[in-house]
Amino acid sequence: MHYEAVIGLEVHAQLLTRTKAFCACSTAYGAPPNTQVCPVCLGLPGALPVMNGEAVRLAVRTALALSCTLRTVSRFARKNYFYPDLPKGYQISQYDEPLSERGHLDVEVGGATKRVGITRVHMEEDAGKNVHHEGVSVVDLNRSGVPLVEIVGEPDLRSAAEAAEYLRSLRDVLMFAGVNDGNLEEGSFRCDANVSLRPAGEAKLGTRVELKNINSFRFVERALAHEIARQQAVLDAGGRVVQETRGWDENEGVTKSLRSKEEAQDYRYFPEPDLPPLVVDDAFVAQVQSTLPELPRAKRERFVAELGVSAYAAQVLTGHPRVAALFEEAATLHGQPARLAAFVQSEVLRDVVTHGLDARIPVSARQVAGLLRLVDAGAISGKQAKEVYAKIVGSERAPEDVVAELGLVQVSDEGVIEAVCRQVIADNPRQAEQLRAGKASLMGFFVGQVMKQTKGSANPRLVNDVLQRLLG
Amino acid sequence: MHVADVADRVARGELTAEAACARSLEAIAAKDGALHAFLHVARDEALAAARAVDDRRRRGEPLGPLAGVPVAIKDAICTEGLPTTAASKILRGYVPPYDATAVARLRAADAIVVGKTNLDEFAMGSSTENSAYGVTRNPWDPSRTPGGSSGGSAVAVAAGMAPCALGSDTGGSIRQPASLTGTVGLKPTYGRVSRYGLIAFASSLDQIGPFASDVRGAARVLSVLAGRDPRDATSLDAAVPDLEAACGREVRGLRVGVPDEYFAEGLAPEVGESVRAALRALEERGCVLRPVRLPHTSYAVATYYVLATAEASSNLARYDGVRYGLRVDPRLDLRAMIGATRDAGFGAEVKRRILLGTFVLSSGYYDAYYLKAQKVRTLLRRDFDDVFREVDVVCSPVSPTPAFKFGEKLADPIAMYLSDVYTLPASLAGLPAMSVPCAPTRAGLPVGLHVVARPLEEATMLSVAAACEAAFPCASPL
Repeated sequence: MHYEAVIGLEVHAQLLTRTKAFCACSTAYGAPPNTQVCPVCLGLPGALPVMNGEAVRLAVRTALALSCTLRTVSRFARKNYFYPDLPKGYQISQYDEPLSERGHLDVEVGGATKRVGITRVHMEEDAGKNVHHEGVSVVDLNRSGVPLVEIVGEPDLRSAAEAAEYLRSLRDVLMFAGVNDGNLEEGSFRCDANVSLRPAGEAKLGTRVELKNINSFRFVERALAHEIARQQAVLDAGGRVVQETRGWDENEGVTKSLRSKEEAQDYRYFPEPDLPPLVVDDAFVAQVQSTLPELPRAKRERFVAELGVSAYAAQVLTGHPRVAALFEEAATLHGQPARLAAFVQSEVLRDVVTHGLDARIPVSARQVAGLLRLVDAGAISGKQAKEVYAKIVGSERAPEDVVAELGLVQVSDEGVIEAVCRQVIADNPRQAEQLRAGKASLMGFFVGQVMKQTKGSANPRLVNDVLQRLLG
Repeated sequence: MHVADVADRVARGELTAEAACARSLEAIAAKDGALHAFLHVARDEALAAARAVDDRRRRGEPLGPLAGVPVAIKDAICTEGLPTTAASKILRGYVPPYDATAVARLRAADAIVVGKTNLDEFAMGSSTENSAYGVTRNPWDPSRTPGGSSGGSAVAVAAGMAPCALGSDTGGSIRQPASLTGTVGLKPTYGRVSRYGLIAFASSLDQIGPFASDVRGAARVLSVLAGRDPRDATSLDAAVPDLEAACGREVRGLRVGVPDEYFAEGLAPEVGESVRAALRALEERGCVLRPVRLPHTSYAVATYYVLATAEASSNLARYDGVRYGLRVDPRLDLRAMIGATRDAGFGAEVKRRILLGTFVLSSGYYDAYYLKAQKVRTLLRRDFDDVFREVDVVCSPVSPTPAFKFGEKLADPIAMYLSDVYTLPASLAGLPAMSVPCAPTRAGLPVGLHVVARPLEEATMLSVAAACEAAFPCASPL
């Protein structure tokens, strides 16, 4: 039988606040264990949480970026369970009155746009981290109390590839919105998936399996593909899929059962009595909306419609907020976005190294625009531009200075070019004969030879004109 | 000596803080062997702090409103550098790295912390018999309990070991022991005093408040404690009026509501007599008595034991043996370690309440218990809203009986729970309420008058309490 996969993703994204959700401890990654802790995030007796306003602002921004409807009064709830990395024995989360609901994210899949529903975006705190080594388990609570948004997606995805694309788009949106650094390796963007299969065409959902620990785009695709195949095999063999939680084992390339439905925990949610209801009034929402940065999709559409950039280039240039920013600034300075886009794609991107929201771009918009202006003015050739680019990268030097230093000036003197052309024709009498006899494709050969002789400094348009005249 | 006497004499230089502190420490040394109000006496720290106050006075620096006043702290309130156990084995030896806001404010007002007082484990109980570290005896009759859960603080004040103390009140844990020991005990409006550093029992009900040997002392301590704390999101940003001045205010014309429901079955006749005498005394001073109705009163005990235990089951989840306190490790696995630690660390009453609270929050029972109880809580609040449209305060007994004997109610949790029947409604409604001594019983046991006021109207409540105090000057038990 042909089965259709039904996938919904739950993403936990760390909000880019300086301090934790309910105390003033730093959220910086990578500090020595248990150095960014206080009575509140250690869950010491008597300590109380106080809401971080910046976390609320970023959570509201997330909800708006995903077109969610905000609840004016939302409520925090306690999710109760025992685990060593959970110092209070409960996680402060939101339950039946979340911050926001009913949003969506448009995702490009297979050349078409697919609208994926967002069930809810709510706030919660992160737990600490258990570290196991040499038979000993220790706990690092630096991450305890770091603010998160949980983004629950509707089960609208139908393949592993769609799921991966949704995840990429979601990460891009959060990064462009400035709420999350998109750093999967450091765990600031994490994903769980719900997967079920149903006979194609049927509306009723099959039994779902929750898949945990799929924390890279590659894992997501592989884990989901594996899980879909596993469920398919179970069904094909006449079996039934068991409702359970499974984990992705990257080393073995399989999903493994973590716990069954019977072992599922009762979290005994109830309203958090230590925090008053969270109120986000219309004025606050409007203020956050007005400061919401342009999101990747809108940016791409604008690049195409207003800047005349190709759809592909627009896609590439919006791969990272800093790259998009460099392109836009350089395009504004230079005035010809399409040409600039081509140069950024072919040259600049090679040298860009990204790490989450950070990007090392070793050249400025001013340098790139200046360099292309030299080409426009005919001062240097396109080939020379690449040579100059190699010299300005990683420096703050103006392209004009490098041009002067290298003695690179494009040869536009017709007399000089004609002399070289005559020499090249004289050196290749057979090809000249064939060209004159009508083999037009040999024109490229002569242009190439002239450029070679002039080390690329000849004005290509002039070279063409002269050769046409001499060989026409 | 009362709070204000000590502070004012220290401020005037007639008494050193060190002498006041030494007097308190001597009283503790003399009496506490028999009474066991204290779990920890901070002798050296107290004397050092007192000398520091005296030094500052000698240098001519201004002193705080509690200069040199010895204060005992319920052991459920965190004190930096001093053991804080909540009278539980699970926190044996635990020393907090920070002061509760209430303690920090007392210290900033130049009060001297002399020690930590006994309580029912995690403030769960009404007799201080549930302490893991032994019972506290009532100085009026050592065969009787002082009430609870803040029994140690009540006895510290009643026996003259300190002129004031901090307690915490979730369902009556300040007012009931105050009533049973003949001290003044005040539970402020919910949110009036920061809970930061109070070991949580039931967060939506817990409030820190003062015990004192007189009404004015309670007022002075409360004025130091009260006010918004940025570390407690439930603390209120409301102005604090001059509470001490309120103690001398005329009560003529104040309308005093007397709820029928509080003088019904279960009230010991001698307590009823004493409270009625106090009401007559208020009437003589010009108060207008009015019968009022609080029709949902009979649901208060059930409502309270659902909500408070639900919150407690979550609040006490952090005692898992991982980070601090007791750890019992049978070296099997994590769950076994957590289970063994909690089994050994918690007493029977705490376990009973964790189980009850876990049950009422469980999937399938939440609506029938927790949600229903929240709705009844709203009805109880409305009872008071209605009554306070007609009267300024509500007066009643604090406890249905005077101090009871050890073991008398221990075997019957329901009987013990019922001893809070008059104090629970004000807790559930978040209202300020206090106990002030009125005429003792013929057997010489103290009886308290319960005064409840509108939210944030502690001043009105204190005026009425002071009027009662004037009519029944407090005797000392020893």
